[in-house]
Amino acid sequence: MSTLFPLVAKGAITSRRGKVLVGPVDLTLDGRGTCVVIGPNGAGKTTLLRLLHGAARLTKGSITWACPTEQARHNQAFVFQRPVMLRRSVEENLIYPLRAHGMPKAEARDLAQNWAERVGLQEMLRRPAPVLSGGEQQKLALARALIINPKLVFLDEPCASLDGRAMREIEAILHEASSNGTRLVLSTHDMGQARRLADTVVFLLNGQVHEQAPSSKFFTAPETPQAAAFLKGDIVE
Amino acid sequence: MKLIVASLFAAVIGTVSYAGDAMKMAVTTSFNNSGLADVLLPEIEKDLDLEVQLLVVGTGQALTLGRAGDVDAILVHSRQAEEKFLADGFGTNRREIMYNDFVFIGPKDDPAAIDGVPTAVSALQNIASSSSRFVSRGDDSGTHKKELSLWGSANLDPETFGDWYRAVGSGMGAALNTASGMNAYIMSDRASWLNFGNKGDLALLYAGDPVLFNQYAFLPVNPELHPHVKTDLTKKLEGWLVSDRAKELIDTYKINGETLFVFNAE
Amino acid sequence: MVDLWDGMSRAFWLVVTLDAELVEIALRSLQVTLIALVVASAIALPMAALLTVRRFKARRTVIAVLNALMGLPPVVVGLVVYVLLSRSGPFGVLGLLFTPTAMVIAQVIIIVPLIASIAHQSLRDLWAEYHDLLISMNVTQFQKISTLLWDARRALLTASLAGFGRAIGEVGAIMIVGGNIDHSTRVLTTAIALETGKGDFALALGLGFVLIALAIVVNLAIHWLGRTEREGRW
Repeated sequence: MSTLFPLVAKGAITSRRGKVLVGPVDLTLDGRGTCVVIGPNGAGKTTLLRLLHGAARLTKGSITWACPTEQARHNQAFVFQRPVMLRRSVEENLIYPLRAHGMPKAEARDLAQNWAERVGLQEMLRRPAPVLSGGEQQKLALARALIINPKLVFLDEPCASLDGRAMREIEAILHEASSNGTRLVLSTHDMGQARRLADTVVFLLNGQVHEQAPSSKFFTAPETPQAAAFLKGDIVE
Repeated sequence: MKLIVASLFAAVIGTVSYAGDAMKMAVTTSFNNSGLADVLLPEIEKDLDLEVQLLVVGTGQALTLGRAGDVDAILVHSRQAEEKFLADGFGTNRREIMYNDFVFIGPKDDPAAIDGVPTAVSALQNIASSSSRFVSRGDDSGTHKKELSLWGSANLDPETFGDWYRAVGSGMGAALNTASGMNAYIMSDRASWLNFGNKGDLALLYAGDPVLFNQYAFLPVNPELHPHVKTDLTKKLEGWLVSDRAKELIDTYKINGETLFVFNAE
Repeated sequence: MVDLWDGMSRAFWLVVTLDAELVEIALRSLQVTLIALVVASAIALPMAALLTVRRFKARRTVIAVLNALMGLPPVVVGLVVYVLLSRSGPFGVLGLLFTPTAMVIAQVIIIVPLIASIAHQSLRDLWAEYHDLLISMNVTQFQKISTLLWDARRALLTASLAGFGRAIGEVGAIMIVGGNIDHSTRVLTTAIALETGKGDFALALGLGFVLIALAIVVNLAIHWLGRTEREGRW
C-alpha cells in the first residue's frame, strides 16, 4: 500500500539568488523506520527537509516518488521547530487538515477528540491554541500532523526548546507513530535524541549528504573523519 | 439580543423605498430656499398622485441636467439661457409660471449708501465707486447671470474690479453665509433672504426696480432626444402649475407676512 | 458657541421626539452606507487576501496603487460616476443617476481601496505566520484565502469599520450622484450641507451630532456582535 516510497533525490539543489543552500543531494528513502538528519548548525538540515517535503524550491536535479508528486504531498506532513498555531481552538487546529482533505465535520471532530486524548490535550480542546505552553503547542502540532494518517512526517528539531518532560512525551508519540508504520524524517542537534530515535542517520555537512548509514553502524563506526569528529563533539566545518 | 441587533441591520439594508408615479425636476436653489416647494409638492402629490423629486442646483447645472436627459423637466429663471435651451431643441416648450424679485442686501450702516437710490443700476454704481465689499454667486446660476447683466447696464465690468468683489462660486445660501461673515453687499432673491437664518448685521437695503423682477419658467425636456423622459407626467405637472389651484397657493404664500411670488402664467 | 449649544439641544430634541424626517434620512444614510459596506467588503477582503497569498509581477504595483487610492477625492469619484450614469453616459440606459443605487456605487468605489489596503496590512502579518504551515499542508489557493479571512476576521472588522466611517460621513460624491432629493436620496450629510446653505447652523449641527452618534452606535453594535461571538467560541 505504501506506494510513496522510495523517495529518490538526484542531484537535487535548492539555491536562492544564485547561492546554493543545499545540494547537490543524492538520497534514497525507503518506507520504513525513522531517519535522523544531523549535522552542525548551518549545514542545511532545515532546508533539506523542506526541499524533500516540497516546500523549498527545487532549483536543479530531481526529487521523485513512487507515485505522482501531488499524491505524495497529500500523504505527508511537516512539524516545525517553532510550532505554527492557527489562531483557533485546539480542536479546530486538529480538525483543520482533515477538513482541508474533505472529511465531514462530525467525523473530523471524533478524530480530533481521539487525537487530543492521545497527546494529552483532551482537557484543552476549547482553548485557543496560541495560548498553550510551548510543549503543549508542539504536541498539538504533532497531533495535527499525524491526524491525517500520513505515510511520511518531516520534523524539524521538534524538541529544540522543550523541557525534558515534554521531550519524553513527544518522543513517545513519535515511537508510536513509527511503529504504526509512519515514516519519520527528523532533524536534531541532540545526539541523545538521535541515538534514541534513529534507524538510519543522514550526516549533513555544508549542504551535502556527507554520510548515510544505519544508526547502529553510524554511531559506532562512522566512515568519515568529519562524522567521527562531530560525534566526539569537535567543531566541524 | 444579538439576533435582534443583527436582524435590525438586515432590516435597514433590506428597506426599499416605494416609488409610485415619480418624475425628476431640476429647480434653482432660490426656488427651493423660498420654501414654496414645501407647499406645492404635497399638493401636487395629493392632486395628481405624482411625486416630484427636486434636484436643487444652480440654473447652469439645471440646464445641463436637462440637456443630458437626467431630469424630466426644469424650473429656472434665466430667460436668455432658457431660450437657447429651447432653440437647441432640448426642451419642448417654455411656460412662464410666476415671478419674484431680487433684492440688495448689505451692512446695516450702508457704507455705499444704496438705501433710497432710484434704480438698481445706481445702487451698483454706488457700491463700485465706494469699493464696498460685494459677494457674487459666481456660479453661472440665474441669479449670477442677472447680477452680471446689471453690472453691464451700469457700464461696469466685474473682471476689472479690485478684491472688494468676491465671487464665491456657490449657492445662494452659502453666498449669503459668506456675505454675512464678511459684512458685505450681495444680491439675493427675496425668498432666500427671508428664509435665511444667519442674517448677522445684514439688512435688506434696496428693492423694487422692475429690472429686478425674476421670471420663473417651466421647461419640459424634449422626449425626441431622450425617449425615457416622462412626457405624460411633465404635461400633467405643467397643467397643474398654470391652474387656478397653483395660482392661489403661489399668490398666498408668505414669509414673515411678505408675499414672495406673483403668479403670471397665461 | 451659541450655535454649538443650539445644535446640541436641536439634536437632542430631534432624537427625543423621533422627528419623522430625521428618522427617514438617518435610516437612508444607514441603508446606503451599510449596503455599500457589504458590497465593498465582499470585493475588498477577498481582493486583499488574493494580493497576500498570490505572487505575481504587478503585485507590488497593485498594492501601491490601492494605498494611493485610499485618498481618492470623493468629489472626483462622484463626478466620474455621474458622467458614467448620466443619461448621455455609457450606463445611462440603466437610469441609475439620482437614485440610492448610484450613491451606493460611489461609496463602494471610495471605500474599496481603503478596506482593501487596511485588510491587506493585517492579512500580510497573518500570512507571514501561517505561510509555512499552509504551504506544507498543501491546501488550495481558495483554502488559503478563506483561512486567512476567517482567522483575521477581527482585524478585518476594523478595516470594514474604517470603510463605514468614511462612507457614512461622505458628502461630496453622494451629493453629486444622489442629488439630495427629498424623500429619495437625501441622507444626513447632504441634509447638513443643505441646512448650512440655508444658514440654519443649529439644525445643521444637530444633524451633525446625530450623524456622529449614529456612527458610534453602529461601531459599538458591530464590535459587540463580534465580541459575543468570540466569547462563545473561546
